[in-house]
Amino acid sequence: MYSSLKYSPVGDRALLVKFGDTIDLDINHNVHAFNGMIQEAKIPGVEECVPAYASLLVYYNPLKTSYEQMVFTLKDLESSLDTHDAKLETRMIVVPTVYGGSFGPDLINVAEYHHLTETEIVRLHSEAEYVVYMIGFIVGFPYMGKVPDNVATPRLETPRLKIPAGSVGIAGNQTGIYPRESPGGWRIIGRTPLVLFDLSSEKPVLFQPGDKVRFKPISEKEYEKLGGKP
Amino acid sequence: MKSVDLFRVIKPGLFTSVQDLGRFGYQRFGIPVSGAMDKYAFVCANTLVGNSVNDACLEVTLLGPELEVLNPTQVSLAGADFSVSVNDEVAPMWALLNLKKGDVITFIGSAERGCRTYVAVRGGIDVPIILGSRSTYVRGGFGGYEGCLLQAGNVIRGLESPEFLKERRVMPTELIPKYESKIIADVTLGPQEEMFTAEGVETFLSQEYTLTTESDRMGYRLDGALVKHKSATEIVTDPLLPGAVQVPGNGKPIVLMVDAQTTGGYPKIATATTPGLSRLGQAKPGDTIQFKEISSTKARDCYLEFYASLDQLEMKLIRQPL
Repeated sequence: MYSSLKYSPVGDRALLVKFGDTIDLDINHNVHAFNGMIQEAKIPGVEECVPAYASLLVYYNPLKTSYEQMVFTLKDLESSLDTHDAKLETRMIVVPTVYGGSFGPDLINVAEYHHLTETEIVRLHSEAEYVVYMIGFIVGFPYMGKVPDNVATPRLETPRLKIPAGSVGIAGNQTGIYPRESPGGWRIIGRTPLVLFDLSSEKPVLFQPGDKVRFKPISEKEYEKLGGKP
Repeated sequence: MKSVDLFRVIKPGLFTSVQDLGRFGYQRFGIPVSGAMDKYAFVCANTLVGNSVNDACLEVTLLGPELEVLNPTQVSLAGADFSVSVNDEVAPMWALLNLKKGDVITFIGSAERGCRTYVAVRGGIDVPIILGSRSTYVRGGFGGYEGCLLQAGNVIRGLESPEFLKERRVMPTELIPKYESKIIADVTLGPQEEMFTAEGVETFLSQEYTLTTESDRMGYRLDGALVKHKSATEIVTDPLLPGAVQVPGNGKPIVLMVDAQTTGGYPKIATATTPGLSRLGQAKPGDTIQFKEISSTKARDCYLEFYASLDQLEMKLIRQPL
């Protein structure tokens, strides 16, 4: 974690606040705490904030404020950051997942990478408890960590053009779920029937930062019963 | 508000979608901004028909549609140079057109210069507002006309406007951009320019890049001189905005456009300014792009100028009583 936050302008209408450069719960907690403080402060000209692992992008309206003015105001807020809580709801979400086979084509190479069996990888991945650090990429993709060291595997060298909705992937020590069919480079080890993005729901996005998550191995039959698409 | 059938789509064109200025406030959920690729032309089109700047238009890409008019309406076309006819007679772009029931608007051939044209209708296109916007996000399958590109047979509705304009309206020539096959896009460096070698940054700013066919509203993949990283080619995933230029390990820059993913793990060498992004919205495969660095202070001035120019459009229109 940096001793003080780093600010830099991005284009002509945003600024990036950097809190550190690692995936770390304390750093991430500060990102969400600071985001909350900015929302509460109702700073004139602030349009939208996007929190990530260790950084926060703040969009502002240059017709109403300036980069210098924004940094001045944010530095003032920063002085009371240590005493602020991120106030994230901590829900527990269980993600039923079919591991391996055509649902998780990379399970086998993740196992080979670590000289373990597929069963061992499934056990390790599903025994760990994860935290949602951020939502991003496309429509409600939860970035979760951290995956145990003996499961963590680098991204594919060549990304796939099509990954089915519900696919559970690994990228380094992160794990995530594709809410919609999309291209992507994460190693796919399974698939869940859960719907992560549903516009007809009052809350279209299932996950939110701070959620605790566990994966529960299920069979293909159970997947179908839970409404999973083939 | 009441709405009325406006067009039956006879031919949809290559990639025609409903767009407004975009979907704001949802990027923290991973939902992109979307909206018009070329804000300037979009606002020109709305201004010509007396709409609010954010009213929904059709965004036409490279090959335009053929539309049958189902009810009297007023329309304007602004953006890439197309040959357009109404009932086989040449129709001007950058002007208010009065159309009657049964008229057929035809985009002939492909865009000669530029890539995208906006079709504005008096009152605005009527599609449901999804998460605060009428913009289509095609990859997400929502917004616009049922989340899709226009297809033959679709009936497009328009919001009923209070009344038709009773004057001719034309955009003065000096306010019509001249689209070229070489586009100069203003950028500010960063937010991760320090991850590239000095030579890499120099290359990026001095060489021309060609837009490849692997380019769409999400991002433009570019061909050209490779941009060298110092060592690491990935960062801890952080937020990005439309206009960001990311460089993956292969050294080939990708400009993220309005449907960009909201976060990414590649370092970003530079970020296009709002006017720069708008200009890039007119690039088509084969066009060349030259990035021009400007300071943050200059970028702010250009932003203010850009919005001032949009505000003045209405005042500067050429108007003649009918």
